[in-house]
Amino acid sequence: MRGRIIDGLLGIAAAVTLATTLLLGLRLPPTQEQDEYARLIAVHPPIAWVAYLAFGVMAIASLLWLLPATRSRRWDRLAAASAEVGVVFTSLMLITGAIWGRPTWGVWWVWDARLTLSALMLALLLGYVALRRVSVDTERRALVSAIAGLSAVVVIPVNHFAVTWWRTLHQGRSLAQVAPSSQLDGEYIAVMLVGFVAMTLTFAWLLSRRYRVEALVESLEDVGLATAIEERRREGVEAFA
Amino acid sequence: MLLLGDDALLLLRDAALIAGKDLRVELRSRVTINQVAPFAVLVLVLFAFALEPDRGLLTRAAAGLFWLAVTFSALLAIQRSFAIESADGARDGLRLSGLDPAGIFLGKAAAVAVELLALEGLLGVGVVVLYDADLQGATLLLATCLAATAGLAAAGTVYGVLAAGVRVRETLLPLLLLPIVAPVVLAATRASEAALGQAATDGWPWVRLLGVFAVIYVAVGALAFGPLLEDA
Amino acid sequence: MTPAVRLSRAVVLLGRFPALAGADLLVERGEIVHLSGPNGAGKSTLLRACAGLLPVVEGEAEVLGHDLRRERRRLRRSVGLLGHASFLYDELTVLDNLRFAVRAAGAPTSTVEPALARLGLDGRLADVAVARLSAGQRRRTSLAVLVARQPELWLLDEPHAGLDAAGRDLVDDLVRGAAAEGATVLFASHELDRASALAGRQLTVIGGQVHDTQPFASPPATAPSPAFTSAP
Repeated sequence: MRGRIIDGLLGIAAAVTLATTLLLGLRLPPTQEQDEYARLIAVHPPIAWVAYLAFGVMAIASLLWLLPATRSRRWDRLAAASAEVGVVFTSLMLITGAIWGRPTWGVWWVWDARLTLSALMLALLLGYVALRRVSVDTERRALVSAIAGLSAVVVIPVNHFAVTWWRTLHQGRSLAQVAPSSQLDGEYIAVMLVGFVAMTLTFAWLLSRRYRVEALVESLEDVGLATAIEERRREGVEAFA
Repeated sequence: MLLLGDDALLLLRDAALIAGKDLRVELRSRVTINQVAPFAVLVLVLFAFALEPDRGLLTRAAAGLFWLAVTFSALLAIQRSFAIESADGARDGLRLSGLDPAGIFLGKAAAVAVELLALEGLLGVGVVVLYDADLQGATLLLATCLAATAGLAAAGTVYGVLAAGVRVRETLLPLLLLPIVAPVVLAATRASEAALGQAATDGWPWVRLLGVFAVIYVAVGALAFGPLLEDA
Repeated sequence: MTPAVRLSRAVVLLGRFPALAGADLLVERGEIVHLSGPNGAGKSTLLRACAGLLPVVEGEAEVLGHDLRRERRRLRRSVGLLGHASFLYDELTVLDNLRFAVRAAGAPTSTVEPALARLGLDGRLADVAVARLSAGQRRRTSLAVLVARQPELWLLDEPHAGLDAAGRDLVDDLVRGAAAEGATVLFASHELDRASALAGRQLTVIGGQVHDTQPFASPPATAPSPAFTSAP
């Protein structure tokens, strides 16, 4: 019951802050460099932050599940929920990033370090979600997901170095040049901060809901064991009856 | 988790036994020789079809195309490595054998690595012939091949057992493995370009990165293979 | 000496299904015990669990002094399982398979030739790839692996199935020989006559539990209670 109340409050808070962000964002004046698209500062960096956050939560939850001392089903559920929400936010990050960059770059995509890494992150998350979907046994699913999740995170620093070295060797216009926050007015920063709060609340709400769904599904399947044992034993009695 | 003396020897013995077994199966069945190698060369040929037949473009892209062909072949080699074990309960057989799972991992990865290195030799010839690449910097090339192959084999074996027992393994494994080995493709290509004299920069930092990747996945594999093999 | 097998209210799950739903079993070393029971009763699961292949989620389980709830892997070298699957590598020859299995178990390779001879697999057959063998020959090969590994506990799931009369006699000989040398044999079979001649004790597996019945009498009129039997 308490869970439902928390979810409800989170949902309301998220909706309110999202609406606020939208309104404030739309009211931001266009800038010289980016014209109307400057408004995306209200949503893109916040979405990006949440995407990384979702990835991080998935990784930490996977680690907690793997360590024998802290192993618990709830970490598996949390990792799964976070990964799925992460897919949503990572996709949005790529889309908003592309839309935002287009007027400046002239193209939908550039192979700069950050975008490339984001694309890889999305691929890793999609693989994780696919892996969970095809695993049949819940215990095994938790094990393979945890290892896949942790491995995905371990490879991020390697990717980061590789891609950053790669892109500094070539001319590349990075996202950092598109949105240099230091050059912007306080007004834009303020709206962006509201956006951060809004997106984080939305993430928390989605995460909580998804987690609860997972818990419900599991509880439905669990109730069976004692009953199943009874039924199994009854086979024996019936055979002799 | 310090492996001292006896334990390490036992581990290596188990690994050698498994690697020997896998390679012997390969020698008898000739799958890598008869199927994967032609596939790899076909990939090189298809790249030429897809890109302009302008030799200049192919030569400049030779390093990258080489490593792409190797990566795709690695997918097949990994699939094969675990397909061997699916025959009639062989994975149970592996568990029943009493071999150390870390040793099994090292052995399987080593066998895949040997097959990949042989393929790379073949593809190297292919790239020189088909794309007019000019092989210089032999030491750098060799180091790149060794480090990249170790990483591909180790990561591939980890994900191979991860996806084992799943009915859609053929389609799932590429989706899982390719994003993970993306840095290997990147680093190996850059190092190879340097070796081929096509890049102004030093290739050795890339080789170091490949080494780090390989070490990470050998460690992950040694630790995770045991639990993953159970109830696969 | 600790009993070969000791299970107490053991529950083993296959997925979510309790294949063993509170099984009790006590087998002393050197015994030959026959498991009978209808299909799906849990005989195969019981044998696999004793081989350390399946996790025991409730109750107690100890095989050859190893606690199955804590550590299942170290047990496996001392146990030999003959299952429905052959656990053989199809591409390798009979001899290769035996050598691999024996080395993996840490047993001396000197046992290979005698085992092959015992099972009638020496000579031409030794160099034939397992994939080319008939079902009966494959069974003999699996048996040869068992004999060569010399495990302390033999777990046989339908050992007579797929063999001709001579083969079945051979299985009986092997079982008696193993018990004479101190090994313990637990086997499941639908061949009640052979089993009665071979085994010292018979147990019935039904509904995931083990029941003690009068040796080789017909099923009792009332449902038996699970019994914790001690050795004769």
